[in-house]
Amino acid sequence: MSAPAPDGPILEVRDLTIALPAGADRPSAVQRVSFAVGRGEIVCLVGESGSGKSVIAQAVMGLLPKTLPVTGGTILLEGEDVTRATPARLRELRATRMSMIFQEPMTALNPVMTCGDQIDEVLAEHTSLGPAERRRKVLEIVREVLLPDPERIVASYPHQLSGGQRQRIVIAMALVLDPVLLIADEPTTALDVTTQAQILRLVIELQKRHGTGVLFITHDFGVVAEVAHRVAVLRLGDLVEIGPKHDVLQRPTHDYTRMLMASVPTMTVPERRLDDAAPVVLDVRGLQKVYRDARWFGKTRMVHAAQDVSLAIRRGRTLGIVGESGSGKSTVARCIVRLIDPSGGQVLLSGADIASAKAGALRPLRNRVQIVFQDPYRSLNPRRTIADALIEGPMNYGLSREAALDRARALLQTVRLDASALERYPHQFSGGQRQRLCIARALMMEPELLVADEAVSALDVSVQAQVLRLLSDIRERLNLAMLFITHDLRVAAQVCDDVAVMSRGRVVEYGPAHQVFGAPAHEYTRSLFEAAPGKGFEFGAPARAA
Amino acid sequence: MAADTRDFERLSVESATVVRHQSAWARVRANGSVRIGGSVLAVLVLIALIAPWLGTVDPSLFDPASRDLLPGRAGEITTLDGDAIPHTFWMGSDSFGRDIYSRVIYGTRVSLIVGLATAVVSVAFGVLFGLLAGYVRWLDGPLMRVMDGVMSIPAILIAISLVALWKGSLLTVVVAIAIPEIPRVTRLVRSLVLTVREEPYVEAAVSLGTPTWKIMLRHILPNTVAPLIVQGTFIAASGILVEAILSFLGVGLPPDIPTWGNVMAEGRAQFNDFPHNIFFPGIFLAVTVLAINILGDGLRDTLDPKMARRG
Repeated sequence: MSAPAPDGPILEVRDLTIALPAGADRPSAVQRVSFAVGRGEIVCLVGESGSGKSVIAQAVMGLLPKTLPVTGGTILLEGEDVTRATPARLRELRATRMSMIFQEPMTALNPVMTCGDQIDEVLAEHTSLGPAERRRKVLEIVREVLLPDPERIVASYPHQLSGGQRQRIVIAMALVLDPVLLIADEPTTALDVTTQAQILRLVIELQKRHGTGVLFITHDFGVVAEVAHRVAVLRLGDLVEIGPKHDVLQRPTHDYTRMLMASVPTMTVPERRLDDAAPVVLDVRGLQKVYRDARWFGKTRMVHAAQDVSLAIRRGRTLGIVGESGSGKSTVARCIVRLIDPSGGQVLLSGADIASAKAGALRPLRNRVQIVFQDPYRSLNPRRTIADALIEGPMNYGLSREAALDRARALLQTVRLDASALERYPHQFSGGQRQRLCIARALMMEPELLVADEAVSALDVSVQAQVLRLLSDIRERLNLAMLFITHDLRVAAQVCDDVAVMSRGRVVEYGPAHQVFGAPAHEYTRSLFEAAPGKGFEFGAPARAA
Repeated sequence: MAADTRDFERLSVESATVVRHQSAWARVRANGSVRIGGSVLAVLVLIALIAPWLGTVDPSLFDPASRDLLPGRAGEITTLDGDAIPHTFWMGSDSFGRDIYSRVIYGTRVSLIVGLATAVVSVAFGVLFGLLAGYVRWLDGPLMRVMDGVMSIPAILIAISLVALWKGSLLTVVVAIAIPEIPRVTRLVRSLVLTVREEPYVEAAVSLGTPTWKIMLRHILPNTVAPLIVQGTFIAASGILVEAILSFLGVGLPPDIPTWGNVMAEGRAQFNDFPHNIFFPGIFLAVTVLAINILGDGLRDTLDPKMARRG
């Protein structure tokens, strides 16, 4: 990664301050932020949620809502102040001089227009080219973003394409007029890891070829390590550190950056002593889940969400199930907790089969296995106090209110929350705190098995580190068996003792974590590791002398 | 690294963020529509409550001597005991010599009771059916097809035939008006249940071993309250209107009960000569329905923003 040619920045943000509406938790979304993007340079804007990184992108594009006015500073695009540009001038600048790609390619495309027409619209709007010429350019750019069979892709509607293909169309639209600045706002967050790797490679390649300056916004430090030339770190609207990638990621100077870098999980599996004689808590044998899409006319479609899945977890151990979206990992988790009924196979919890248990027999099994979900904002009933949420389960099993409350107080301490939390409502807690509350709620049942279904995926990296520490703490202290579902290989490496890799409803590789991570045997596992962003990059550690 | 734990939590962005929330009740109180509609409705309720002390006489009392008086005429009215008491006919009198003012004021009671009762009855049954359809999967199909059937018959026709089947009384009128409204409430509740039952906190309750009926009461029903309050106000408004229509058509409450519809029905024949027979009850009817609808609009904007955007 060489430094960009020093011929003056194409984007220069100086002392940018953007106000927040009255009543917000702080007076401004960003304050006195200054940075620059040079020609052919990729600058990564990183920060946790609420740091103001997306607001900056919107400000550069002139897309800020009226409630967030720019109250100070300038944004110079090739010397021209965007904050003072008229709406007509802004429209002209967008697409011709700067363009943007978004997180969710489905919503960034119009579902009732073909992809070709959408790219063509950009050309028709901003150039005086004739239809034949435009068509030639459309096909050319579609070929350039490496989409197969351009003729067919151009005639397709967005829903006919995969997520990765849609994102390529969005990139094609953004680059068709050869802008000098490309803003990418979390462009790969909604994509699977292998698709993400391809899109990142494409962005880097195109950027090099066209000499475009890129402002890349992300919360994923693996992605930063993969693409960035320079990195700017935001915390609550303040730019705390900016510098070349290796300086910021490996020799951070600001406390906050250091904390972030230490929170990024590494891909190396830590050593842990395991008791191989511990009893088996969960034994899944040949689990099947088939969805039947029955129709009145025509054939019944069968979707095999999980096929012949066999797993086992001993007490005090964590089994990770990793896989991309649609691999069936959540289906397996939900079958094990019996939120859905498996179509076949056995799920033995300390010997008792929960897969086939009928309503009456199921009830006494329910408290043995508990689950923590991904979305901390939807996992707690907003209308009930934390006390009510915590004591609900034990009281279902006959514990008195007082005893349940005592247990709740003890557990709040375990998850490092104050006992005063009991009288409060979920909306008074942050995402990470809510996830701790969900863990406490699950532990209230004193389960033998705790299932964490992407339980840290929605959390910022520093909060994620805290929750992961809490989970392994609890596993040690309570000697729990844990099933950890995740798409994030870094997280899996940190918490799992054993790993099962799932693809298309099947377990393709299953073994001890150090073995799966150290010497992956299956081709799919290898491609997953290959695609992991920032693999081999060491965060926060001093760079080796060259 | 472990030593830094406390530092981490201090530096973490999360701990610095405090979420603020304005309560639903505060938003409702601040809404202009709610205030206007609510105050007009409050005045009407007050009128209904203190009707006997508003210078009224017995609304069914008729005095052949003071027939067809114009509004504002002072005269006297003879009670059943034969005493003649002085009385000003603020809204005139009808062709039987009954005081229209008294009939309209007492009619407020009937209208408000009918509105409230239809709303309560249809919401109660709608919630029951909606919860069943939304949560008991095999019941969904049959129950909703029945509801579709009820919805396919014009509401006023159902009401007329039901009142014709039974005898006209307050109860039958309320039931007759409420039945056609039930499917609409059922659909609303069912769709809410279908969304809420997929929420992780409901699934968490399932895995905590909470019995189904408790899940419905604790986790699902409370989510339907706000939209139901909104829907309820609109049902109340339409209930009042339908009652007036039924009474006007002569298939509602018996003519001896003073309702706005009855007063208008009796005044219909003489509309050309004495329009006040219809004018005053009509004004009250319009103002009441308008007030409830404005109140409902305000409640919808504050309690159910999603629905407001759609509408």
